Amino acid sequence: MGIRILKGGMMTTVQDLGRNGYQSQGFSVAGAMDVRSLKIANLLLDNPENEAVLEITLIGPTLEFTSATIIAITGGDFQPQINGKPAPMYTALYMNKGDILKFGSARTGSRGYIAFSSYLEIPVVMGSRCTNLKSKIGGFKGRKLQAGDYMNFRIKRRYLPFFLSRKLEGDNFDQEEATLRVIMGPQDDLISRQGIETFLNSEYTVTSDFDRMGCRLEGPFIAPKKTSDIISDGIAFGAIQVPSHGKPIILLSDRQTTGGYAKIATVASVDIPKLVQRKTDHKIHFKAITVQEAQQLYLEELKELDAMRKTIHKPCKEVLDCRLVAKRLTKLFE
Amino acid sequence: MQNIRILTEGDSSVLIEFGKEISPEINRKITATVQMMKEQHIEGVVDMIPAFCSLLINYDPRVISFDELKKRLEHLVKLDAKAGKSRKKIYEIPVCYGGEYGPDMENIAKNAGLTEEEVIKIHSSRDYLIYMLGFLPGFCYLGGLDERIHTPRLANPRIKINAGSVGIGGSQTGIYPLDSPGGWQLMGMTPVKTYDPNRETPILVEAGDYIRFVPIDEAEYNRIKELVERGEYQCIIHEEEA
Repeated sequence: MGIRILKGGMMTTVQDLGRNGYQSQGFSVAGAMDVRSLKIANLLLDNPENEAVLEITLIGPTLEFTSATIIAITGGDFQPQINGKPAPMYTALYMNKGDILKFGSARTGSRGYIAFSSYLEIPVVMGSRCTNLKSKIGGFKGRKLQAGDYMNFRIKRRYLPFFLSRKLEGDNFDQEEATLRVIMGPQDDLISRQGIETFLNSEYTVTSDFDRMGCRLEGPFIAPKKTSDIISDGIAFGAIQVPSHGKPIILLSDRQTTGGYAKIATVASVDIPKLVQRKTDHKIHFKAITVQEAQQLYLEELKELDAMRKTIHKPCKEVLDCRLVAKRLTKLFE
Repeated sequence: MQNIRILTEGDSSVLIEFGKEISPEINRKITATVQMMKEQHIEGVVDMIPAFCSLLINYDPRVISFDELKKRLEHLVKLDAKAGKSRKKIYEIPVCYGGEYGPDMENIAKNAGLTEEEVIKIHSSRDYLIYMLGFLPGFCYLGGLDERIHTPRLANPRIKINAGSVGIGGSQTGIYPLDSPGGWQLMGMTPVKTYDPNRETPILVEAGDYIRFVPIDEAEYNRIKELVERGEYQCIIHEEEA
């Protein structure tokens, strides 16, 4: 009663919104890299926002369903197929016992998310089901999935109201560059004026040093005033470190809790998905905004998600048309 | 208190900077602030990372805005002067020093120009303040290692250091909470698990507590190790007036 992994793909892990509350003890938050795509996948199935999903990376896995459930696939386009036929993304899909869900490599974006209406049976470790690869805790045995792994479902849930309405336009990840809005600080005062100008007006390139811990960028040297070494302090999701080599490193889900390099700025939450869906050699620009503006953007995104939730809870056009016909037919017999 | 700064670190975190040096007083302020934050329970705060001289607070901007949180924090750090942990908690960590338990003990003693016994005596004769945890789950950054036994890191780091190893790296001393690569010089082993994911509280200590190393012999090491494995070992904790 669950899913069997036939092929693990490059890096397939169980993720949710992360393990908060233990950073003071040295545990990374982990959790989904592209939080927006995770939320939309869960939203399509009326799952709780924080329900555990599979995060797939660059080369997707192949799964076999051993019982019926409903799924939704979001994020980058990994060309999903169900029993050999292309499957739509951003849509609730019935899966039957024995169905094979196969992903290719990421045509657009670099990370995808699969949510399940029957919820994956993964033990909650310290408040979360997400995989922390470094500490080897959470998720499926604290590691990425591989062929032969088997996960049960927690509940039977094979019915969702307004089923035909459960499709959304979906986000587009085919751009090869992104402008990330950032909030300056906390240690931008350690960077020279020229260094700040370089940071905000140059093009940076995503290198192959790009994983769940962070993303190293190549590009013009960002000069510190004296040194960019600081006394180690806590690191937030999306913080941009500038070590003495002057090239930015953006810290992501599996970031270490503390670090000793100056952080010139932090990526606005709503723009982190734009970064984590990029691939090697894609281009990055930075644009400074205020913290108030960033928080406004975040609230607007929540409203957008609410609007999505409303659209998938209305009868769709096809269903409404049937009702109209039925009403007219009824009138004929009156 | 004038130089406390509240800085943005993105739209979901603030960094309170208490100073720019590593000192027990600054660290005490941070520990007190963490304590007050826990007591006040500010809605929207999801996590805190105390460090040497700063505190990072993660929050959810849908619950509390930066401007609102900043106002609350400004008020809270002013209170700080009056508060402070009145009791200090000292965790006893039994250590079997030297021999196969501490393969670099000879190096450390030679570097210090002392005998191994003297090194053990110096290392175990004071309580170390836990400034912060980080790097690995449960890894403690300890302050106050006696200068006489400061020892440079290994030129060639080891690929694997066993969990429980106690070592010195430069001016720092500490315990490896889990198997990990590392370049510290190893002086001994503790049978106590400072990190155990299967325990109700996986990490024993928190920033602001103290660690006291207590020398034990091999027989005692084995006895404690057996208790630890059966889940019956209780770490010895002393509480003193600060």
